[in-house]
Amino acid sequence: MSGDILVVVEHRDGVILDTTHELLGGAAKLAAAGGGDVVAVLLGSGLAGLAGSLDGASRAIIVDDPGLDAFSPSSYLAALVPLVRERAPDLVLVANSGPGMDVAAGLSAALDLPLAAYVTDITLDGGSPLVTCQLYAGKIQAAVRFEGGRGIATVVAGSFAPTAAGVSPTTETVPAASTDARIRFRGLHRPEAGDVDITREAVLVSVGRGIGEQDNIELVEALAAAVGGAVSSSRPIADSGWLPRTRQVGKSGLKVKPKVYLALGISGAPEHLEGMRGAELIIAVNTDPRAPIFSVAHYGAVADLLDVVPALTARLGG
Amino acid sequence: MDYVVLLKQVPDLAEELEIDSAGTGLDREWMSYVASEWDEYALEEALQLREANGGTVTCLALGVATGDVDEVLATCLARGADRVVKVGSFDESPDSHAAAAAFAEALEPIPHDLILTGVQAIDDLDGQVGPLLAARRGMPHLSVVTHIAVSGDGRSVTAHQEYAGGVVGEFEVDLPAVLGVQSSREAPRYAPVSRVRQLLKTATIETVDVAGGGPRSGLVVESMSVPETGAAAEMIAGNAQAIAERIAELLAERGITGGAAR
Ligand SMILES: Cc1cc2nc3c(=O)[nH]c(=O)nc-3n(C[C@H](O)[C@H](O)[C@H](O)COP(=O)(O)OP(=O)(O)OC[C@H]3O[C@@H](n4cnc5c(N)ncnc54)[C@H](O)[C@@H]3O)c2cc1C
Repeated sequence: MSGDILVVVEHRDGVILDTTHELLGGAAKLAAAGGGDVVAVLLGSGLAGLAGSLDGASRAIIVDDPGLDAFSPSSYLAALVPLVRERAPDLVLVANSGPGMDVAAGLSAALDLPLAAYVTDITLDGGSPLVTCQLYAGKIQAAVRFEGGRGIATVVAGSFAPTAAGVSPTTETVPAASTDARIRFRGLHRPEAGDVDITREAVLVSVGRGIGEQDNIELVEALAAAVGGAVSSSRPIADSGWLPRTRQVGKSGLKVKPKVYLALGISGAPEHLEGMRGAELIIAVNTDPRAPIFSVAHYGAVADLLDVVPALTARLGG
Repeated sequence: MDYVVLLKQVPDLAEELEIDSAGTGLDREWMSYVASEWDEYALEEALQLREANGGTVTCLALGVATGDVDEVLATCLARGADRVVKVGSFDESPDSHAAAAAFAEALEPIPHDLILTGVQAIDDLDGQVGPLLAARRGMPHLSVVTHIAVSGDGRSVTAHQEYAGGVVGEFEVDLPAVLGVQSSREAPRYAPVSRVRQLLKTATIETVDVAGGGPRSGLVVESMSVPETGAAAEMIAGNAQAIAERIAELLAERGITGGAAR
């Protein structure tokens, strides 16, 4: 086995995504321990200039093709399947994003390579990867190996630290082996700015499904006013239309780093944690003592938020 | 337009999950099951698309002995599915690779233009069923999808794929295709329990056999464990009053003393 680790690069608007830098950082550490190269694969059209910023990769393969001008799962797979087959890396790292899920499962099925999902850590054990996966919305952790030692991992954002070695990879440009335009990119839509920019607030009073019903939103609005902060939420609250989408924290919402994050009735699913684990102080209130939110919180209370919130509002003079 | 929805049940996270004696799986003896949330969004989208464009909705679920697959399928009928099919027979929920293979085989005689399933499930250790199925059947697949619309000629759909920060990509996807649904335009419609009960007695749940011994995930589970939640957090004891008091102290330590601070 080559020991090589192949990282599928994700980019948008001509910028390499943070999650890719994290994968490269994780891959560089593994390669340093196990030998072998970190090979970044950058798919696009006229993007060679981006390769210089792929810190952590020793080599970059630039698949340059007009058909890869924008992301498309079908054209990415058409280019990647033959490439991964030919280069035969031991490990393929892909971000656990929409594009990542499309690509990783497609590669796994086409190449008969095992796939580990929701990966939060990878170590080498006896020379082959031992992979930690997060299951059941973060309530269970599994340690898995690949039969035969080779496989694909879709990695949860925030699992690895990017490196800052400042070394550019050597590059090799190849055409796409084939293209498949059955999925065609039509454009990006950006969210409209909301009334409040939760990424700039020092205190966020954040609510999840534990709030129970829409009428209870008033309670957290009152607390936010009392504490001088803003209300934010988990995804289901925004999906229900109880709060505007611009208040959503997490993977498909906003990434926030307030001084204080009050997580009220939020279970702490990996997709939510992705958006708030960097907060300076996290205080969680949840009726379930096993809620995964308590694994990232600095302080926690097992209690009904409908009791704690009015008490805290009153205490703060709201 | 023929829509197919793939659904399954998953352990109810409201109950405590325990590890089995081998240390490599969940203890299923007392486990209760619920429909996988994202599959319910997929069904709602299929019903909405049928209402807008006509066609049929067929729901498929694997015949798994744990949980209650008949109830899942009867609930689909109660919500308005045209046809429901139980696929194969499994002692417990198979891994995603095996599930995808079973669905791929079962779909052979079932008309399908657009296959919708949940973008993910809380237990898919070896990846998501949707893209694995798509790869097996040589169909295109898009994950994390909302805003599905069928084109005028019925040969493609447009859909949004969600990215971080509320940014979405818009795509056009040729049919037949598989989409992994992230959320539905409206909350999944309600199915009265009495109606589900009645359908469980009277409705036809078709069954199809599938060949066993298909592909496996190729993953070897060394161990499963419950992460130590709260290991990092300092837990605040006492009643709501005491908790509020302590939180107010923590805020005050950081110079946050209430509305006046603003
Ligand atoms: C691709 C993708 C992207 C996603 N993006 C995001 C995202 O950006 N942001 C996001 O948040 N999620 C996102 N999700 C959804 C995520 O997986 C979870 O479903 C979601 O975070 C759960 O929200 P929740 O914690 O509010 O609800 P639940 O998981 O239902 O948790 C509710 C919690 O409230 C507790 N509770 C109940 N009653 C009370 C009470 N009275 N007092 C106190 N506690 C109580 C319960 O114990 C439970 O822990 C995404 C999912 C996918 C697949």
